Amino acid sequence: MTTQAGVAERLTSLVGALRAHGVRIGTGETVDAARAVGELGLADRELLREGIAATLLHGPAQRQVFDAVFDLYFPRGVGGPEQPAAGREELRDRLADALAADDRAMLGRLAIEAVDGFGGYGSSPESDGWSSYQALERLRPQTLMARVRDTVRGQGGATGFTDRLLEDEIRRRIDAFRALVAAEARRRVAERRGRDEIARRAVAPTADRLDFLFAGQDRLAELRRTVQPLARKLATRLAARRRRAARGAIDLRRTLRGSLSTGGVPMKPVLRARRPARPELVLLCDVSGSVSGFSDFTMLLVQALHDQFSKVRVFAFVNRIDEVTGLLEHGRADPEGLGARIQAEAAVTGYHGSSDYGMALGEFAERYADAAGSRTTVFVLGDARTNRSDPNLPALRQIAERARRVHWLNPEQRSRWGTGDSVAPAYAELVEMHECRNARQLSALVARLLPV
Amino acid sequence: MFTSVDDVSARLAEAGYLASRAVATTVFLADRLGKPLLVEGPAGVGKTELAKAVAEVAGARLVRLQCYEGVDESRALYEWNHAKQLLRISAGRDETWDEARTDIFSEEFLLTRPLLTAIRGDDPKVLLIDETDKADVEVEGLLLEVLSDFQVTVPELGTITATRRPFVVLTSNASRELSEALRRRCLFLHIGFPEEELERRIVRLKVPGLDETLARSVVRVVGTLRAMDLRKEPSVAETVDWAHTLLALGAESLDETVVRATLGVLLKHQDDVLKASAKLDLDAL
Repeated sequence: MTTQAGVAERLTSLVGALRAHGVRIGTGETVDAARAVGELGLADRELLREGIAATLLHGPAQRQVFDAVFDLYFPRGVGGPEQPAAGREELRDRLADALAADDRAMLGRLAIEAVDGFGGYGSSPESDGWSSYQALERLRPQTLMARVRDTVRGQGGATGFTDRLLEDEIRRRIDAFRALVAAEARRRVAERRGRDEIARRAVAPTADRLDFLFAGQDRLAELRRTVQPLARKLATRLAARRRRAARGAIDLRRTLRGSLSTGGVPMKPVLRARRPARPELVLLCDVSGSVSGFSDFTMLLVQALHDQFSKVRVFAFVNRIDEVTGLLEHGRADPEGLGARIQAEAAVTGYHGSSDYGMALGEFAERYADAAGSRTTVFVLGDARTNRSDPNLPALRQIAERARRVHWLNPEQRSRWGTGDSVAPAYAELVEMHECRNARQLSALVARLLPV
Repeated sequence: MFTSVDDVSARLAEAGYLASRAVATTVFLADRLGKPLLVEGPAGVGKTELAKAVAEVAGARLVRLQCYEGVDESRALYEWNHAKQLLRISAGRDETWDEARTDIFSEEFLLTRPLLTAIRGDDPKVLLIDETDKADVEVEGLLLEVLSDFQVTVPELGTITATRRPFVVLTSNASRELSEALRRRCLFLHIGFPEEELERRIVRLKVPGLDETLARSVVRVVGTLRAMDLRKEPSVAETVDWAHTLLALGAESLDETVVRATLGVLLKHQDDVLKASAKLDLDAL
C-alpha cells in the first residue's frame, strides 16, 4: 500500500464501499480525499482517518459506518500478532491491568491478541473464520469488573465522591474493548474473504436506514436519541412550508405606511399574514411486540413535534384501544420505558395478546368518534397483520369519512403486504398506505404528509 | 499558514484552544486544500472559539457573519447607502445625470457586509459564518456562489474577486439539514465531547486555580452524566462553568452536598436533574 497506484485503488474501493452503504460521495470529494492523503502522508493512521473523514463525509451519522469501513481498507496491520497468543488467564490478567489503567493503546493490542488466540474457528480453508463473539465468550471481560474495581481502589485512584462513578466507567471501558474486538475480527475475516464483501455485509447500517422491524435494543436506543434533532429539523421544515403558504393578499395599510420612507413609492409590498390554522393530529398506534419499535419511535417523534399542532391525541392498541396522550406528555416522557408504561397503564389488550386491527378500529370509531373531525389528520401505524380476524373495513371507512385525511404508515416492505395474515391491500384501498421501514423514510413522509 | 498537524495543535494551544487530533487535522487540511470548514456539534463545545483561535494564530482579522432567520443579501453581502446617495443627489442639483450616476454608485456609497468584507483587501482574514443552519435556504445559494469562487458581482461596480482567500469557518447546530451542495464544498468536522484527558486539560487551562485532583473528579462526573441518556448533556462550556463554580465556593473535593447544590450548573432540565440524582445516589444521604 505504499505505492501511489495502490493508495489510489484503495481509496476508490473505500469510496465504493461507502457508497454501497448509502453515503453519497462525488468524484470531487474523492479527489479531495486523495489530496488530503498526499498532504498528510501515510505514516499516521489516525491522522489519515480524520483527514479522509473530513473530506468524504457530510454528517455525523455517517461516521460510524465510515470508521468500520476505514478499518477494513486501511487496516492496522496484516495477519496476526507476531508472538504467539498468550494463555487465557494471562490475557485476562493483562486485560484487567489495561482496564484499570485505562490504557487505550494496550487495549487495542489485547483485542488483536484476543481474536488471534480465541476467535478462530473451523479447520478447512472454506469454512474457517474469526468470531468476535467466540473470543469474547472465552475471555469474558465483563467478569473482570470486580477485580478491576478493587485494583483501582487499591491504588487510591478513586476516593470519596467519585468512587461511585467507578463501576460505570469500567463498564464503558469494557464496552469499548468489546467494540475493538469486533472491529479486529471483521478485519481478520476481511483478509480471508475479500474486503469488499465484508464491507458490504458486516458493517452495520447507519441508524436512520435501520429497519424498524429488525432493530435490536441497542440500535433502538440509538434511534431514540435521534428523535429530538429530527423533530427540530422537521419543525423548521414545517415552519418554512407554513411561511410559503402564508403568502397572500397585499396589506394596503402597511404597504402605504412602509412607502413613506421611499417618498411615497411603494417599493416593498407588505403581505397580509394569514391566520395560521394549526391542524389537529390523531395517532393510532399498534403497540404489539412485532411493531412496537416503530410505534414507539413515531409516537416520540410526534410528541416532540407537538407544538406544531393545536392538538395531538395518541391512541394505542393491540386488540383494544385506549388513549395514551397523557403518558407521552412532555417531561414525563421517559423514552426507554415508554412501551412498558403503555402496557402497564393503558388497556390495550383484551382476552388475548395478539393484535386485532378490526376490533381496535371498531372500538375507536365507536368510543372516540369525536376525536376525528374535519380538521383532523389521522395516522395509523402498524403492519396490518390482524391474525386472521375480521379486518372491519367499515370502521376504517367511517374514520376516513369523518377525518380530513387518513394516512397509514406500514413498517413492512411493500412486497410483503398481503402475504400471510396481512390485510394491508384491503386497507390500502380505503386510505393511503405508505411503506415506512426506517427513520429516513419516516422523516421524509412526515415532512411531506403532515398538514400545514 | 501551518507546516504540519502538530504545528496546528501547538499554535492553537498557544492561543488558548486545546484541539483534539481530529480538529487539528481538519484545520490543517482546510488550510492546505483551501476549502471552507463546516463545523457541526452540540452547543458549547467551542465551534466559534475555534474560528477565533485560528484568526489569532494566523494574525488575521476575524470577519463574522451571524446568521439568523431572515438574514438576506443586504445583511450578508453589501448594500447601497440610500440615505447618503439621496443627500449626494440633492447636494449637486446642477449636475448632469451621467455625472451623478457614476458618482453615487462608487465605493463611497457602498456598505460592505461580512461576505464582501472578507473578500476585499489584501490582509489575511478569517471569515466566520456562525449558525449557518439558522439562515434561510436562499442564503445558502448565496454562500455557494461566494464560497466556491470567492468572488462577488456588484452590478454597478463589476466583479470583485478575492486576491487573498480568507480562511472560512461555517458553524451549524444542525437544527436544519444544510443542503448537500453546500456540504460538498466544505470539509466536514464534527466536534463532539472531548476525551477525558483533553477535557481535563481544557478545565485546567480555563480555570487555572482549580486543584488537579478536583479537576479530574469534575471531568469524571461530567463523563458519567453524558453516558446517562439525558435530554441535554452537559457540554464543555458547562464543565468549565461548573469548575468555576466549585472554585468560587471554595470546594476542596466533591461530596454529595456540593454536587447536589451545584448540579443546576451542569443540567438544564428538571427531569435531567432528577434522573442524575437518582443514578448518582445523591438521595442516599
